[in-house]
Amino acid sequence: MSLEQFKNRNIGEQNYKMLDIEHRPEKSWDRFKQAFGRSIKIELFIGLAVTFGIMIRTLFRGETHTIRYPFEKIPISRRYRAIHEMKRLLESGNYRCIGCGLCEKICISKCIAMDTRYDENQRKEVSEYTINFGRCIFCGYCAEVCPELAIVHGDRYETASEQRASFALFEDMLTPIDKLKSQKEYPGFGAVSPNADDNIKKTPLAY
Amino acid sequence: METTMIHEVTWVGVAIKALIAMLIVSAVAGFGTYIERKVLAWMQRRPGPSHVGPFGLLQLAADGIKLFTKEDFIPQYSNRLIFSIAPVITAATAFIALAAVPIFPDFTFPEWIPLLGGVFVPSIAADIDVGLLFILGAMAAGLYGPLLAGMSQQNKWGIIGAARTAVQFLSYEVVTGLSMLAPIMLVGSLSLVDFNNYQTGGIASWMIWQQPLAFVLFLIAGFAETNRTPFDLLEHEAEIISGFVTEYSGLRWGLFFVGEYANMITIAVLASVIFMGGYSDFMLIPGWLMMGLKVTFFFFLMLWVRASWPHVRPDQLMWLSWKVLMPLALLNVVITGIVVMVTA
Repeated sequence: MSLEQFKNRNIGEQNYKMLDIEHRPEKSWDRFKQAFGRSIKIELFIGLAVTFGIMIRTLFRGETHTIRYPFEKIPISRRYRAIHEMKRLLESGNYRCIGCGLCEKICISKCIAMDTRYDENQRKEVSEYTINFGRCIFCGYCAEVCPELAIVHGDRYETASEQRASFALFEDMLTPIDKLKSQKEYPGFGAVSPNADDNIKKTPLAY
Repeated sequence: METTMIHEVTWVGVAIKALIAMLIVSAVAGFGTYIERKVLAWMQRRPGPSHVGPFGLLQLAADGIKLFTKEDFIPQYSNRLIFSIAPVITAATAFIALAAVPIFPDFTFPEWIPLLGGVFVPSIAADIDVGLLFILGAMAAGLYGPLLAGMSQQNKWGIIGAARTAVQFLSYEVVTGLSMLAPIMLVGSLSLVDFNNYQTGGIASWMIWQQPLAFVLFLIAGFAETNRTPFDLLEHEAEIISGFVTEYSGLRWGLFFVGEYANMITIAVLASVIFMGGYSDFMLIPGWLMMGLKVTFFFFLMLWVRASWPHVRPDQLMWLSWKVLMPLALLNVVITGIVVMVTA
């Protein structure tokens, strides 16, 4: 590959399609003919017919583009990264977070703050966990790095609230214990793909 | 029916007629904003106002409350007096013009109604001899509303809007006048009642068949004089913010639009009476309903055109007025004159 190709700045030259613009008439008689022709052309009324047809379709067939937003919502992509959710273990009801601190470590806007301690059974428990949503840029690294699929991104994108800390506490993000049955396994950002098992290759012993 | 019986026109009848015209036109002007938003929305695949009240009908009330409670703001360096009265000129001239316009056929209150029984209400509030000239004059005086408003507010956009007002309204007055001249020559009267009586013989007798060119010219000029798309250059937002209404807010702003909608109705009524048979009965349909249908059609046409066509440049507007419409109108007058002379 030679350098010449990169020096050619007229890269679009070959693909431009020239529009068929009629040349401007020079003589006054030609100008008159053009103006007259355009005046009595049927195009104006075709425009009227188009808008009338659209009105009929909107009125009687309900073909509108409007989504009545607070009452209607369009489904968002499963990979959308909205307010975080903390998931629970389905069997025991315990939260999945093991307090490893990877999310806090990877967070590039330093908005996750967590603290852990050992409980009476010498198990690690999360004593404090907050996300400062004033700083969170919703990059999704925390969900991606989480080894337990404990922190994920949900679909709550309406995040206006009266207090700064509205969505930010661990309890706010955690699935309520009475809604455990309806907790959906997370298929979105950072989740393992459905065919994850097929993609795993056994690590050779030689490694 | 004693059609030859001449009813006495009393001041009570005239007052009632004026009241009816005033109320109906104000109501329609208010309702017109709702209709306009709805029709434009449907033509753009939107539902339009639909949240306030059934079908969004109470949107009108919401807008009214908003207009009433807005701050009445007068800019510091404006001419306060002229700035204040300019909207009134627009609204007042629009309603004054309606005085000589027949909106509904004449009727007599039945005898059993207390107080008003037997009162004859004429079709026109003031059936003056110079009818059409009066209407044109009053509507032309409406030019002072936007002109003074634009010049008094110390605002560049206002000045440009005022200049466009003067240019556009003055130019199209010529076309309106000339296009009406040919029907006037045929009827031989300036009173709109005579125009109506000239076309009582069904659709075939409508003026539009005799004067199709005048009808088209009158409609185009009417669009320009009521500041409708495609000639809405006075306050075209994309170019000059809002033109002459840039600095206005609240009720004063609302008055401009009451005036504009009243003018739209006047033009619609004039087109119906001069060219489309007016308020005569049509087969089984009574005259007042016929009139309502025609006015509704012209009103709808204005919205329809607004949804469909782009607006023209100011120079194209002038070109259209002076190089196309005015010669055509003159030609129409000359041909009509020759025909009238030959057939008379």
